[in-house]
Amino acid sequence: MARDENAGAAATRAQHLLEVQDLRVHFQTGGGVVKAVDGVSWHVDAGETLAIVGESGSGKSVSAMTLLGLVPSPPATFPSGRVLLEGRSLLDMPDQQQRRLRGKDIAMIFQDPLTALNPVFRVGEQIAEMIRAHQSVGKSAAKSRAVELLAEVGIPDPRLRATQFPHEFSGGMRQRAMIAMALANDPKVLIADEPTTALDVTVQAQIMSLLEKLQAERDTAIVLITHDLGLVAAHADRIMVMYAGRVVEEGSNDEIFTAPRHAYTHGLLSSLTRMDHARPEKLEPIPGQPPNLARVPQGCAFHPRCPFATDACRAEVPLLVPTSPGAAHRHACVHPDEVAVAHERPREPAPVVTADTPVDERPPMLEVRELVKHFPIKVGTFVKRTVGEVKAVDGVTLDITEGSTLSLVGESGCGKSTAARAILRLHEPTSGTIELGGVDVTGLSQTKLRAARRDMQIVFQDPYASLNPRMTVRQILTEKYELLGGQVTSSTIPDLLETVGLAPEYADRYPHEFSGGQRQRVGIARAIALNPKFVVLDEPVSALDVSIQAQVLNLLEELQQEFGLTYLFIAHDLSVVRHISDRVAVMYLGGIVEIADRDALFERPHHPYTQALISAVPIPDPAVERSRERIVLTGDVPNPANPPSGCRFRTRCWKHLQLSDDDKRRCIEEPPTLQPASGSDRHQVSCHFAGEREVLRG
Amino acid sequence: MTTPTSAGGSPADADATSSGLVLPGADAAAGGTTVPLAARGSGQLADIRRRFVRNRLAMVGLAIVTVLIVLAIIGPYVTPYDAFEQNLANTLQPPSADHWFGTDVLGRDLFSGIVYGCRLAILVGLLTVAFSLLIGLTLGAVAGFKGGAWDGIIARFIDVFLAFPPLVGAIVIVRAVGGGVTPVIVALVALGWMTTARLTRGQVLALREAEYVEAARSIGADNRRIVMRHVLPNAIAPVLVYAFTNIGVVIVAMASLSYLGIGVPPDVPEWGRLISQATPFLRVEGKAHLWLAPALAIAITTLGFAFVADGMRDSLDPKLRGGN
Repeated sequence: MARDENAGAAATRAQHLLEVQDLRVHFQTGGGVVKAVDGVSWHVDAGETLAIVGESGSGKSVSAMTLLGLVPSPPATFPSGRVLLEGRSLLDMPDQQQRRLRGKDIAMIFQDPLTALNPVFRVGEQIAEMIRAHQSVGKSAAKSRAVELLAEVGIPDPRLRATQFPHEFSGGMRQRAMIAMALANDPKVLIADEPTTALDVTVQAQIMSLLEKLQAERDTAIVLITHDLGLVAAHADRIMVMYAGRVVEEGSNDEIFTAPRHAYTHGLLSSLTRMDHARPEKLEPIPGQPPNLARVPQGCAFHPRCPFATDACRAEVPLLVPTSPGAAHRHACVHPDEVAVAHERPREPAPVVTADTPVDERPPMLEVRELVKHFPIKVGTFVKRTVGEVKAVDGVTLDITEGSTLSLVGESGCGKSTAARAILRLHEPTSGTIELGGVDVTGLSQTKLRAARRDMQIVFQDPYASLNPRMTVRQILTEKYELLGGQVTSSTIPDLLETVGLAPEYADRYPHEFSGGQRQRVGIARAIALNPKFVVLDEPVSALDVSIQAQVLNLLEELQQEFGLTYLFIAHDLSVVRHISDRVAVMYLGGIVEIADRDALFERPHHPYTQALISAVPIPDPAVERSRERIVLTGDVPNPANPPSGCRFRTRCWKHLQLSDDDKRRCIEEPPTLQPASGSDRHQVSCHFAGEREVLRG
Repeated sequence: MTTPTSAGGSPADADATSSGLVLPGADAAAGGTTVPLAARGSGQLADIRRRFVRNRLAMVGLAIVTVLIVLAIIGPYVTPYDAFEQNLANTLQPPSADHWFGTDVLGRDLFSGIVYGCRLAILVGLLTVAFSLLIGLTLGAVAGFKGGAWDGIIARFIDVFLAFPPLVGAIVIVRAVGGGVTPVIVALVALGWMTTARLTRGQVLALREAEYVEAARSIGADNRRIVMRHVLPNAIAPVLVYAFTNIGVVIVAMASLSYLGIGVPPDVPEWGRLISQATPFLRVEGKAHLWLAPALAIAITTLGFAFVADGMRDSLDPKLRGGN
């Protein structure tokens, strides 16, 4: 049993800042009892960061939200559990006393700062209210404290910002304001529930370094709830892995990453894409998907997806045991030794594509020249006047050779999705030419364009939004044949489903009956039906859980090899990009700033923006993370309706700051163009002062 | 390639806080066994039906509405008397075995009158709502999907119609078109389609940007197909619920017009007209059946349709249900 620790450990236990013991949170639903949290214990000490890691539905958020009284009851019930804050039992206190501690001693940062801030109150007022709820200070004193807090979290011009409304803040600014609010009463424990999931990587780096700085100053305990193992490797001291409402493994950062002992932890690490690996290994996804919490499998909940499962796993729920007597690294796996052996084994290398002609000598499938897409900004009801334009895509030129993958990366708002949609003419391009397999797509009439869609397809980001909820899978797939021609025989749909790894009998189900990964497979089936030549993949895995991402990435690669597909991969996740691409183009504010073959781009980036982008992505390996230097960009992406003069990146560029005044003037006055880097035409960079910098490793 | 396994009846991601709480069709299968596909209903419609059937009030409403519709169809053939046949020698009789609801001022059998009134109410209610839907859906879909000038023009058009005070507007229109049932329907449609149009417009406006609409365009669907197959089917649920709620309102509106002596000819035993004719006897003892029968008929009909509409709303979208 987990409690057989020695007396010394028990003594230190009393001094934990926050301790949760045997917490259970169940939900009564029409479909039975959902055991969202089922016997979970953890603790966190001052100045320490505990990461709670798990996929959606693992119970990681519910367990933390319970502390703040944010889980409504009913439908929730709490069959057992104690929460000790500095030794005082939180849940046994009267409501009023609990409320006084919440927000004061324990504060929370939410995932989505837009919905967590009240849109009708000024940001400064909201922070002041938080202060006044817990401290007896006057209105004006609270307001000036709010301004101080905003300054402390790095918001420029805090006095003005305090008087603004949440919608006037950018995403990163809002998250800073949320942090300021959480810090208002100098909490001892800060619970951060996916604090950066909604943000771009460069902003994520800003926010995480801010949290670390504040933690160091105030000795705050941080509970970081996330699904992002990279973030965990970079910032956590200890890690707790949850699966189906239970803790499956806990230990220090290094223990979890280098010597996992639970099959699930091992599976998660094996299914990760790594940005710093020159030769991407074949991903080993965890098969299947997380269980429905109303029907958790008997015994170890992970056994149906586990390669090591035996009858012992099915018999009863394994308890958390120390890896060695007295060790703090504990796991709940029946087969820790097999897991250890499997984790040491080098991973299978990626299958080498033995193509007749190397990728770079094949003819181009897609040629895009000077693509421009401007959205006019119009005002007026009947008579519209154009008052400006959003230059979403401003002169993009790229080629993709047959059967290869080019990734278009950049932060949100850089125009990558718009560029992809303009290439498919889902948005009508403003100017430029697009040739697909030698055919100029830009000039096609609507009728001919519809026919040409057979060859150019798209897989969308959000598998929950891209399938019509009122149509069965069969209807969704058949529609394409109806519109674009092609015979549907009795075997067409079953074959198609099998190709994307779905059982043929799923054909008559509706999208809501599927999980996210399965829906994305349906979306892929729709795209590859009728054998297109070219497929746009618009962030196809970013909405999926880590273990499911690997499944879908493997599927996309298999399909590419089988059918010779050409991919344009749109992504903000550079780890995935490193895994799947042949070439990578980096976009900033509507233009390409650097384009190169995959390894050249990651190993020898030349553009300061590419370097900052790569350095901002945390790598799921604590040893690497400790030695890496992070380039933290300041500020946010400028408004594309009014971009900076000259080089568009200069307002956030770290290199620009180091230049002499004459050189700076060049950035401001002269827009850079794409020039060959390292003497190769295959590597082009658009910067007056391009130069290599190591950003992947330490 | 691994084939994803189906964990139980609903393979949706078990997110404890959202979808975990709504497990359609998972009632019988909490044991953890895989539910074979054949045992499942045919997806969403079956789920909707199941939720509707489980809603007691909705089923009561459905029973009322069914009885009313059956009465409306077969009523005049099975009623004991001709609803129009006057017998001035036998006026104002209290309920009896011969005349279940008694007789009215003109000696007509009140039960037969109520049944005939039911036919009128159902006919006008359904036709009015059907025509309002037709106009509202069309204009709303055009305004929402086309946007721009179309939207502006249709929006102003709606404003103009909304500017009429409903009762005055109805009186003017009925007078202008002439007497009878048809002018009443015309008036009620003319004053009733705007909300449907606005509702549809809002729905279509939101759905026009949906990713599955873009997906349809990416496989070569034209605007017509996108609206008919991808936008309207997803937009229509709240519109239909509203339309169903409105049937009761329309029936009351027609009764109000008849009460004021507008529309339906004076000799037709319309419910509002029956109440109007009973007005002199409101305080006369023993004559309560005169106004009680038609008033109850209106109340029960309105409630029946309202119950069904509520049930429809709840079963179409379980998340809308109030409370825990």
